[in-house]
Parts: sequence; C-alpha cells; structure tokens
Amino acid sequence: MSILTVKDLQVTFKGRKKTTEILKGVSFELQKGECLCIVGESGSGKTMTMKSIMGLLDTNFTIKGEAFLDDINLLTASKEEMRQVRGKKMTMILQNPMVCFDKLYRIGYQMAETFEAHTNWSKEEIYQKSIEMLKRMQLPEPDEVLKKYPHQLSGGMLQRIMIGIALALNPDILIADEPTTAIDSVTQYEIMKEFISLKEAGVTIIFITHDLGVASMISDRLIVMNKGLIVDSGTFEHIKENANDEYTKQLVAQKKAVVAAFKKSLGGRN
Amino acid sequence: MNKYILKRTIAIIPLLFAISIFTFVFINLIPVDPAEVVLRLWNIPVASEELIAQTREDLGLNDPYVVRYFNWLADALRFDFGVSYATPQLTVAQKLAAAFPNTLQLASLSFVLVIVISLPIGFLCAVYKDSWFDKLMRAFIFLTTAMPSYWIGLVLMWVISVKLGWLPTSGNFNGFKSLILPSITVASSYISIFIRLIRNNMIENMTQDYVHYANVRGLKQMNILVKHILKNSLHTCVVAIGMSIPQLISGTIVVENVFAWPGLGTLCISSVFARDMPVIQAYVLLVGVLFVVFNLIFDILQGVMDPKLRVGGEKNA
Repeated sequence: MSILTVKDLQVTFKGRKKTTEILKGVSFELQKGECLCIVGESGSGKTMTMKSIMGLLDTNFTIKGEAFLDDINLLTASKEEMRQVRGKKMTMILQNPMVCFDKLYRIGYQMAETFEAHTNWSKEEIYQKSIEMLKRMQLPEPDEVLKKYPHQLSGGMLQRIMIGIALALNPDILIADEPTTAIDSVTQYEIMKEFISLKEAGVTIIFITHDLGVASMISDRLIVMNKGLIVDSGTFEHIKENANDEYTKQLVAQKKAVVAAFKKSLGGRN
Repeated sequence: MNKYILKRTIAIIPLLFAISIFTFVFINLIPVDPAEVVLRLWNIPVASEELIAQTREDLGLNDPYVVRYFNWLADALRFDFGVSYATPQLTVAQKLAAAFPNTLQLASLSFVLVIVISLPIGFLCAVYKDSWFDKLMRAFIFLTTAMPSYWIGLVLMWVISVKLGWLPTSGNFNGFKSLILPSITVASSYISIFIRLIRNNMIENMTQDYVHYANVRGLKQMNILVKHILKNSLHTCVVAIGMSIPQLISGTIVVENVFAWPGLGTLCISSVFARDMPVIQAYVLLVGVLFVVFNLIFDILQGVMDPKLRVGGEKNA
C-alpha cells in the first residue's frame, strides 16, 4: 500500500527578474514501512522536493503536480491543515542540530510546545512522553536533559532529541534530511545505527543524503536526483550495476573506488 | 555570572574618571574668566581689578588646576556641585534637583510612547514584509528620520495648539496636557529608529534555522512569531533599547527649549548663555554618568537574559 504518492511535481522560483525551474517533474511512491533514499548532489532538488510536499515553501515558489499523503492532498491543503500534518503525520529531522533549537528555551519547553501544537495532553502526559522519548533515544538522565539549554548539549545529543521529537507522535513518514552531514564521524555511526533500528522497527523513512555509502546501508529503494529530475531509481544493487545517468555512474565509481581502497588497506584482497 | 557583573562594574570606574577629567578640562578651556562672569551676573557695574582678584580668591580660582580638579571631584562625589553663579541663593544640586523630575516625566512618557508604538508596528512590518502597510511605514520612517525634532515640535505646536487649540503651546502649567506634545516630539525620532530596528531584527531572525525547525515541527504561526522570533529579536535589541533611556534624557535639550519645558535641557541652555559654569559642568558630568550606568545595567541585563552566559559554566554534556 503506498502511503505517499508524488506525481509530476514541478516547482518554479519566481525571482525579481527571472524564474528558475527547480523541480522539473518528480514522481515517486513510498510504501508503508519502506525506507526510500534520495541521493543527489547539492542543488539537485532533494530538499526542495521535501519542502514542497511539506508546505514549507513561501509564495515566491509555484508548485504544480500532485502529492498525496493517504488521502490528504498536500498541495491544495490549507495552511492550518498542513501545519497539523507537519510534526505529526510527516516529521522531519534536519541536518544541523546545533542551530535548530531556539537557544533561549530549555529542551523540555521545546519538546512540550511541539506536543502541545498537535495534542491536547496535560502537562503531566507531556512530561511523561518527553521522558519516554529521551529514554528511547538512549539519552542518559532524561529529566536532567529536559532542563538543559541547547548550548549545553552536544550535536549528537541534540540530533537524538530531534529524532525523539519526530517519532513521539507516531508519524506516517519520517523524513531525514542529511541527518549525518553536520556531525562528527563517531556520532554519525551511532545515529546511523539508530536509523537502522528504526527501519527494522517498521518506521516509514525518507532518507536524504549525498553519500551513496550511507544510502547503501539503509535503503530499500533509491532515487538519484540531478538538476531537478529523477535520473535513476531502484534498489542499491540495481543502481550499482545499471546506472543510466552520468552523475549516478560517477557516484557509483567513487563508491567502488572507496570500497576498493578500503579492502586493499585491510588485506590486499579485492 | 557574578564574576561577569563584578568585572563589568569595576571596568566603569576608569571610564567615570575619564569623563570627569574631560568635563573639567573642557569647561575650563572656555575662554571666559569665571570671576568676571560672576560679577556680571551679580550686576556689579564696574568691576575693578581688586574686585576681580578678590572674587577669584573667593571662588578658589587661584589654586592650581590639579588642586581645583580634585576639590571639584571630591565635592561632586558628595553631590555638591557648588553654588550657581547666576542664582547665588541656590546650589547647583538644588537647581538640578528642581529640573530633573520634569525631564524625567518627559523622557518616561516618550519612552512609553516609543515602545508602545514601535513594537507593534515593527512586528507587523516584519510579519507582512513588503505589504502596503510595510511600504507605508517605510515611507513614514524615511520622512521622520529626515525631519529634525524641533521642526516637528514647531509644526505640532502650530497645528494642534495654535490652529486647533486642543493643547497648550508651552510650559508645564496644564499637568498631563502640557506633556503630550513635547513627548510626541521627543518620541518621534526614536519611533522610526525602533520600528526599523525591530523590523530588521525580526526579518533576520525569520531566516534562521530554528524558525525553519519550528515550522517543521508544526508549531502555530503565532507561537513562532511571538515566542521565538520576537523574543530573539528583542534579545538583540535590549542594549539599544536601554541606551535610548539616557539618550532620551539628554536628547530633550532642543525639544525642551522649543516647548519652554523647565527641565534639564532648558536649564543647560540658559546656563550656557549665562556662562554659569558650575551648572554646565554638573550637567555634562550627570549625563556622562547616566550613559555609563545605563550601558552597564543593560549589558548585565542582556547577560542575564542569555542562557549561554547565565549557565555557561556548567557545560557537562
């Protein structure tokens, strides 16, 4: 059963002098429980696709096409309907956790305001849920973490909190927008482990990355985007062998070279 | 945090010292003999050489400058600024104390006007950026920035007091009514500064990642605007807002004279014309100290408001 259907999505940006086509007809489907990776270089339209279906683009952008989450038309829904979708049905994890939280408020407040915006839970229920999510994300001393300001926590911890907030309301889709780009490699590894266990738990994930290696770890299916178009799609194995587009071929070649170098350094076997 | 407050407080001591030196030096550089001024102000028709010498001796003007400076400073620390040349029956402190409440009234009402008017307008301009309202306000800001406050004061006086007869033209004899026009005049130039400050700060904040993330989490728009964007913007404006208080107090000079408001500004100008040096000296010192003290207070306040500074020492995560 497909939970998200995007058909011929076109986004154009109207500047003062010229209009730029950002997405030129993007179509894909997402099945329940699936993990879809969107791979592409910066400016290829990965994030734009997600922003447009989440209703996060301002009026300088015109959006054409269709996008359905179950039976909600994401492109014609009102602002208030989209607000209710965001953070509840579709949640998102951003790439730079250090700057995503408001530095003036404690973590507990920022978690609570998210839950308040989507539920009518009491203060006590909100507190219990916050603690539960922090525990689930394996943060030590959750009640202490709630009292901290963002600057007192590390990037990895903030990233976990973000994932916790995103999962708390049992979303239909979890979108991860390059969640490992801005954090150090040890934390990256831990965060990836987190995502893999989420995937195994059956969470529907859209994972955006420009790293084919990361994509190979987690994806059921892969979409490669370049210049606002989907240029390749299929499983990682399929794409590795049957890349159509120049950009994909380049990515695969790089990936193979890295793997070769790695194996060589381990023992010379290829 | 306490260490920070202590450090900032100690740092202002040399600054206050420097202000007092500059005040003393510049006033004494005025090429007028204070003794002659005194005799003229006391309406003594012919000042003989002996009389001038005698007066100099009485005023302690024959001491070396350094001795005079320290005498003056020691007295000033006890709020004793000597006797006014123009009105020997009154001390300078008495004159200042009589004028200060009037200026304070004027400055307070102006401050309230500035905040009450510019905060909502700046907020709306930022939220509805590039709308007709924003454009109208931008034109208004442009106009008021270009208009000097004494001119605005005169226009208001002419239209509202003379033509329409709604409010008194000048003085402070009609209670609150007399206060309205001078306050609007003083506030007018600050209102445009603050509208622009709040608007631009908010627009800058809107592009920050924390706002994007707040949207991603599906927070209500009003919450994002007020609790996050506005609060963060005010946070960066707090020093500017705080510093406007001494600016308002000192900046009333021109407007007070236009409206014949018997405050510090009027006192200062009349003392300048009379070469009443002890009063000028005390006024300059007072304003200097006000600036330094308010700067200190709002610097500390900003520190207290910033969680990074407030709880920075206990990073343990």
